[in-house]
Amino acid sequence: MSVELRGITKNFGALNANDNINLRVETGEIHAILGENGAGKSTLMNILYGLLAPDSGQIFIDEKPIIIFEPNDALAAGIAMVHQHFMLIPVFTVAENIILGHEKINLVGVLNLDQARSEIIRICKEFNFDIDPDAVVETLPVGVQQRVEIIRALIYKAKVLILDEPTAVLTPQETDELLQVMKDLKKQGTSIIFITHKLREVKEVADRITIIRRGKVVSTARPTSSQEELASQMVGRPVDLNRQRRPATIGDEILSISNLSVTDDNGRVVLHNISLSVHAGEIVAVAGVQGNGQTELARAILNLENHITGKILIDGKNIVGESVRRSLQSGIAFIPESRELDGLIGSFSIAENLILNTHDLAPNAKGFLLATNTIRMEADKRISEFDIRSQGANEIVSSLSGGNKQKVVLARELSRPVKIVVASQPTRGLDVGSIEFIHEKIVQERDLSRAVLLFSTELDEVFALADRIAVMYHGSIIDIVPTTISRSELGLLMAGIKPKGKS
Amino acid sequence: MNKIKSYLEDTLRSILLPLSAFFLAVISGGLLIAFSDPKIYKLWKSPLELIGTGFASAGSAYSALIQGSIFDINLTSKKFVLGFYPLSETFVVAAPLILTGLSVTLAFRAGLFNIGAQGQFIFGAIGASYVGFSYNLPPLIHMLAALTGAMFCAGLWGGLVGFLKARTGAHEVIVTIMLNYIAIYFLLWLLSTQAFLRKGRQDPIAPPVGENARLPKLFGIDFRINFGIIVAIGVAYLIHVLLNRTTWGFQFRSVGANTLAAKTAGMSVPFVMTSVMVICGALAGLGGAVQLLGSEYALTAGVAGSFGFDAITVALLGRAKPLGTVLAALLFGALKAGGLTMQANTTTPIDIVLVIQALVVLFIAAPTMVRSIFRFKQIKLGSNMVAKGWNG
Repeated sequence: MSVELRGITKNFGALNANDNINLRVETGEIHAILGENGAGKSTLMNILYGLLAPDSGQIFIDEKPIIIFEPNDALAAGIAMVHQHFMLIPVFTVAENIILGHEKINLVGVLNLDQARSEIIRICKEFNFDIDPDAVVETLPVGVQQRVEIIRALIYKAKVLILDEPTAVLTPQETDELLQVMKDLKKQGTSIIFITHKLREVKEVADRITIIRRGKVVSTARPTSSQEELASQMVGRPVDLNRQRRPATIGDEILSISNLSVTDDNGRVVLHNISLSVHAGEIVAVAGVQGNGQTELARAILNLENHITGKILIDGKNIVGESVRRSLQSGIAFIPESRELDGLIGSFSIAENLILNTHDLAPNAKGFLLATNTIRMEADKRISEFDIRSQGANEIVSSLSGGNKQKVVLARELSRPVKIVVASQPTRGLDVGSIEFIHEKIVQERDLSRAVLLFSTELDEVFALADRIAVMYHGSIIDIVPTTISRSELGLLMAGIKPKGKS
Repeated sequence: MNKIKSYLEDTLRSILLPLSAFFLAVISGGLLIAFSDPKIYKLWKSPLELIGTGFASAGSAYSALIQGSIFDINLTSKKFVLGFYPLSETFVVAAPLILTGLSVTLAFRAGLFNIGAQGQFIFGAIGASYVGFSYNLPPLIHMLAALTGAMFCAGLWGGLVGFLKARTGAHEVIVTIMLNYIAIYFLLWLLSTQAFLRKGRQDPIAPPVGENARLPKLFGIDFRINFGIIVAIGVAYLIHVLLNRTTWGFQFRSVGANTLAAKTAGMSVPFVMTSVMVICGALAGLGGAVQLLGSEYALTAGVAGSFGFDAITVALLGRAKPLGTVLAALLFGALKAGGLTMQANTTTPIDIVLVIQALVVLFIAAPTMVRSIFRFKQIKLGSNMVAKGWNG
């Protein structure tokens, strides 16, 4: 089945989200749509899936025009979508989730799951999946949950599958498996629209690539194009992905963690006996799949966790049990995992966010009073220094783009006198341009001989920045390896599998 | 120039919703007044007369309302200025209301929903009364001592809420509601004790406070308006400064807007919660003191009226801003003062004023409805402070 979008235009107020977009996906083709955040990829897919109505433009399926008002129309036409955030009910079983919205009942009104079960088993056989139809969804790993979504699409006879950033939540191994599944689906004649900003994956599976920038199709490319070419077209200017860095000049030990264990408020052990040290002038990356204790480790360093045992030394001084404020002032710059949740106050201005943790120190405060003029002037300086695109220091932070929000966090944390930078997923959800900027800043911190502890789930980021790599799995650091390790070995470590012959 | 323009636009934007809500409430109130007039039910057959009568009764009720709250021409026979007696009454009612309203407003800004202004008001009145009648101090000093006593008692009472919330996570809404009951019954018990019994009286009324403790009248004995309104407006300005210009207020607002981010930035959330509630308690307590030392002079069981509960409405109407709170309290003061005259001069019961007050809140809580009635486009009608408070 082929799908064609012709002249799709969609405006949100003054914002031109899609501007006369043409896109054709052939039968049995994997068509990648590449673009930065906010380029209009999701808008386009939501239009195809019936979640949004286009201002103008038409959709054709097998050369016949079709009007899609709502997702049910899309499903009926054979188009299914696997969302970035799964549309599954966590406490239901696989089979229950799959029949959701299409429930069959027997004469006395009892739910009939048998047909769903046998269908699931059939599809699992076909694609070599190992899924129990009666398993409760929330007990399954993320990668398996994603497959449940794919199975649902297949059961409802989808001929065109839209995958929206499907690898964002997966481990490297799960990613490879998904890419294989995509190839298998293609062999069976399913067309796949693959939305992503990860160049490596695109090059591996895509037949054709459509690059979208600011709502417009800027080019269509073949997977034989180099990563640099693709990235440059995506961003609209030359991009150098393999920037050469000076080798690390390692100084004194700044952060020393020994035998650190943390339990959460429910008494569950979330970090187990962690020891790690970071020296001045080096970047130690903590790699791991999301949810293996990285969040807790970063928070523990700031004493944001309540039940900590062990030692955390900053410059030789134990800070366990100190207040968050004292921990920050001992010389930690902290870039939290979620800029919206705990990094920034959305309803505050840029200037106010820049003084969140220094508002009561000179020169921001004179006694009890805020030094409004100084704060304002400092903010203007930071805005130009960190290239924060805004309407000025008084603009409300929640109206900034993700990249600019993160620059506000960076500007605040890196402008204090600190010894170590603890950065948690500093580039999550950001576009290539912002990622470049933030990476540059982090390397710059290292070259100013500060210690950097970087938490990242992205292998690209780990390899781009790290001088040493610590791998976290199930709340422990299972290994610390040099950057010469191969991608696949690191992937295995992240899945908790150590190479043989090593203990 | 641009700065002024954007400031004006901001101001307009922030008062558009309360203003439209009030307008809608007045219209629906007018309908209610018209239909509460028994005459109207005999006029079903002639629609013109029906509409005429409806307008007439609503009109006379509202003009009585204005007469009772701003200016009354009938009172000018002896001296012209006496015509402003109703305006003085409006300020007398508004003064304590501004203070209790500020108590709720400040709590809102720190992310807390203070339902307990009523109880804090009572403790303030108790403190002011006790200091007022049991000591004999020189002028000014006695007054300041009574005000301080009120703030101290009520500050402790309010701080208890913040302490419980910070230490145990007890939700401030539940705690303050319950503490209101305790305050009311504590007051009743207190009035039956020897210490608070007036000589020669058996009914629950405390001795009057000393002359020196009373708030001086501003415009002579003809008007009841007193120093309380100056205190209230001055304190409103102080709260504005506290919130926007001090490090302390910055912390309050941070915790209120995003507790997690405030915590991550090293602010002490328990400290903020406790100290905010101490100040909120002191504010409502000051309201109690102004009511007692400014117009009642003696503690009775009914001293608090509904000042603590109207405070919530006032804070909502004022969009949780000090200036807004002052304006909203003046409006409510006018409604209250005018309601009495309305009841006396027309057949409209004073309860209609309560209905109008309730409708204002209703319309404010439903901004989408107001927006669709007036067809505002692309205008953000302020933030949703109402929902915020509950999340604590």
